[in-house]
Amino acid sequence: MSPFTTFLTALSSLGANKLRSGLTLLGIVIGVAAVISLMAIGRGAQQTITANIASLGTNLLFVRPGSSSQGGIFGGLGSASTLTLDDAYALTDPAYAPSVAAVAPELRTTGQVVASGKNTFTQVIGVTPEYQFVRNVPVASGQFITWSQVDNVSQVVVLGTRVAETLFGFRDPTGQTVRIGGRQFTVIGVLKSMGGGTQGLFDDQVLVPITTAYYRLASQRTTQGSVNVQTVNVQVRSAGAMNNAVQEIATVLRLRHRITTDDDFTVSSQQETIQALEETTNTFVVFLGAIAGISLLVGGIGIMNIMLVSVTERTREIGIRKAMGAKRRDILLQFVSEATLLSLGGGGLGVLLGLVLSRIVDGQSLGNQTLQTAFSGDIAVLALVVSAVIGLFFGIYPAFRAARLHPIEALRYE
Amino acid sequence: MIEIENVIKVYRMGKVEVRALQGVSLAIKPGEMVAIMGPSGSGKSTMMNVIGCLDAPTSGRYILEGQEVGRLGDDRLAEIRNRKIGFVFQTYNLLPRLTALGNVEVPLLYGNGRDRRRRALEALERVGLGPRAHHRPAELSGGEQQRVGIARALVKDPSILMADEPTGNLDSRSSYEIIGILQRLNREEGLTVVMVTHEPDIAAHTRRVVSMRDGRLVSDEPVREPRDALAQSVGKEGTAP
Repeated sequence: MSPFTTFLTALSSLGANKLRSGLTLLGIVIGVAAVISLMAIGRGAQQTITANIASLGTNLLFVRPGSSSQGGIFGGLGSASTLTLDDAYALTDPAYAPSVAAVAPELRTTGQVVASGKNTFTQVIGVTPEYQFVRNVPVASGQFITWSQVDNVSQVVVLGTRVAETLFGFRDPTGQTVRIGGRQFTVIGVLKSMGGGTQGLFDDQVLVPITTAYYRLASQRTTQGSVNVQTVNVQVRSAGAMNNAVQEIATVLRLRHRITTDDDFTVSSQQETIQALEETTNTFVVFLGAIAGISLLVGGIGIMNIMLVSVTERTREIGIRKAMGAKRRDILLQFVSEATLLSLGGGGLGVLLGLVLSRIVDGQSLGNQTLQTAFSGDIAVLALVVSAVIGLFFGIYPAFRAARLHPIEALRYE
Repeated sequence: MIEIENVIKVYRMGKVEVRALQGVSLAIKPGEMVAIMGPSGSGKSTMMNVIGCLDAPTSGRYILEGQEVGRLGDDRLAEIRNRKIGFVFQTYNLLPRLTALGNVEVPLLYGNGRDRRRRALEALERVGLGPRAHHRPAELSGGEQQRVGIARALVKDPSILMADEPTGNLDSRSSYEIIGILQRLNREEGLTVVMVTHEPDIAAHTRRVVSMRDGRLVSDEPVREPRDALAQSVGKEGTAP
């Protein structure tokens, strides 16, 4: 039989039992649509997360002190206090580190922020003026911390939006006084709201001059009297200069710390964070797909079930065809092509339904998050291939049973 | 030319061995019209299946047109059925989903199947069913369905037409029509017809009657004056065969 005739014969056989074929098809349609739409939602979430991190600036490097060790017990990364403000600004020397565009050291601590009877416990970040550009945190009202405030250890604070709302409601907090860790601070500005995602953390934080954070709020200090920092955010001139920048930073710090063996600092990039997150979210996407895949498997079992029933019902037809000269291969091909047609047809419709579903879901809000979907052609192709394979896999056994029938017994079947 | 030599066919039904053919020898020349008769269980159906290449003999030789076919595998037998043998069944065995034309096309799907539509229509016209080509079996009378069955058997121009109780489900008028067609094909086109029947009246239309009992041939006699079905269906309309 020619492939086209086989196709037509299969189509007409399936058409003879429309409801049954339709329901079997539906099993695959639902399975494929589930795979497509769940993968689209998963990929959408992945893209949202990646985009969020990328919005921090991909040209960023983070320099952190190494781990401290006390009596053989190693603390976590960044626990040592080996990185100072002077180290940070040494990195801006164009002679030693030409790839570095700007540095923004930070020192994090926590504190109770109190104003007019209200209070909130929050992260207090000690920063320098470059911070707003390097970490991309513009002020909405008022102004950012200045160098003179850093030099004078001024007790001034820039509030994150949510902190400002908690303490002052919708009043403009600029010029008001808050108490942090028992000290009076003047509010000089409010950060722009960053919304959801990683950047949204800034809404819940307050920024103070790094010197103030160190001398007035933080508990640890160095013996030399230099300001300790936890992280130095380094902005690199271009994405292509990242590797050079890492080398330059390492050279400068090794020189300053007189290191010959083990570094007492680490340099990491945003890219690494993105990669790590992508790996994590990939697992999540594959997991979603696998769950949806179960329904595809169930659809496949449905095909097998129907094909077995169909072979039994059409035993006589098989006998007639064999008497007329159909070989085993012809019968096998006939039933396999029926199963494959079901699964491929279901796959095609499922891709369409999945596409429609992911379009509908796109932009819907779920709690305070907006769902984003990313429909991708590769998943559609994969789903089609998988459904064809399912048709073959679950169709081959019933088809084999049909092909094996003896013509006389098949003809005698009532 | 059909040559069967000392054919034995043993079936296993669970643990019981059924000796359906116990050493049968028979030769049928091209252009013959033979009836195989016998009570049920006589082995005539098994004989039919062996001659029709639906089943291989357990032992003995079967030479069809000079080719030993008794030892061939399933797929080779299917090929021979497709090219050389046309089947007509008691219950017609048409596919209910397909039209008359579609049913006649079935043998053309396997093996060489060019010009399917035209060849199937020609075959239907040979049995006088051209105008009914696009009707489904359910829309046709028993006699018409059997004529579709004959057209399907003819469509590949076989050398042998095997008919298993072709009139068993028909009234007398339709029976004579069917037998008339078979006679005409045999006389005018020289087609070899082998027919299994238990009705002596039907067998009387052939030119040779072979009788079987308990898996053996018990008689093999020519019919002196074969009856003419065409004359009967016109002349004695409605009488029982």
